[in-house]
Amino acid sequence: MASVVPLKEEKLLEVELGELPSWILMRDFTPSGIAGAFQRGYYRYYNEYVNVKRGSIARLSLVLAAYVVFNYRRSHKELKHERPRKYH
Amino acid sequence: MNENLFASFITPMVFGLPLVTLIVLFPSLLFPTSNRLVNNRLISLQQWMLQLVSKQMMSIHNTKGQTWALMLMSLILFIGSTNLLGLLPHSFTPTTQLSMNLGMAIPLWAGAVITGFRNKTKASLAHFLPQGTPTPLIPMLVIIETISLFIQPVALAVRLTANITAGHLLIHLIGGATLALMSINTTTALITFIILILLTVLEFAVAMIQAYVFTLLVSLYLHDNT
Repeated sequence: MASVVPLKEEKLLEVELGELPSWILMRDFTPSGIAGAFQRGYYRYYNEYVNVKRGSIARLSLVLAAYVVFNYRRSHKELKHERPRKYH
Repeated sequence: MNENLFASFITPMVFGLPLVTLIVLFPSLLFPTSNRLVNNRLISLQQWMLQLVSKQMMSIHNTKGQTWALMLMSLILFIGSTNLLGLLPHSFTPTTQLSMNLGMAIPLWAGAVITGFRNKTKASLAHFLPQGTPTPLIPMLVIIETISLFIQPVALAVRLTANITAGHLLIHLIGGATLALMSINTTTALITFIILILLTVLEFAVAMIQAYVFTLLVSLYLHDNT
């Protein structure tokens, strides 16, 4: 392969396209691995946009909007029947 | 419309997994912790609000009652944030479930009453008979006071459930009515205005928290310290 760093430690944007399946399979899918991934993602977002001295309300509203979208997807099945259509 | 009205109060499950756990834990994401002296805006705002509320609520207690400060402050934060997040579109509000509110009310009330009975037995028992009652009325009054004591946790839980659920239902109904009346022009303006007013009134779900914690607080105070 054309990478210098071992495949396991490469970040996603630096993996080459042909190596992608083996990269995905090599990721840590144990519960502690998944929890670690969520924690890392959370702290990346938090430290970059919220934990600064003059954080804006826009990034926080993005979190709330994502929450709304998440709930909409969850309840889509029941909401399908409330659309104003002639034939449901 | 029949089934849809209450569909938003069903406990959310996804493939049999309790999604409701995630939704209950979500408000904790919005309250970060920090060890610094000067924090970011979010934490500073929350710290200021928390200091304001705790000073106002805990000032009436003596030393022993103030050990409950952490518990009561987390209670008000949790209920407040959960109710406010439930006002977002399509959200699920955990405090609409009576099971959860009973689970919050009964242990807290029982803790207060039992603390009062353990540490000041005579004073706690004396609460069952108000001062200056005429002698023939005493048995009946003791029974009435006992009933009013045991109804306190149920009242706390049902009050919170009923208020939040009724507010959400009203929003659903009036919103549906507005959509249905869109084809008939003149009444729509009036109905949308009513929706707006109702939503702002419902934002006083925060006042609900105030009511909850305050009633709990008063009960704690009376039973524990007198």
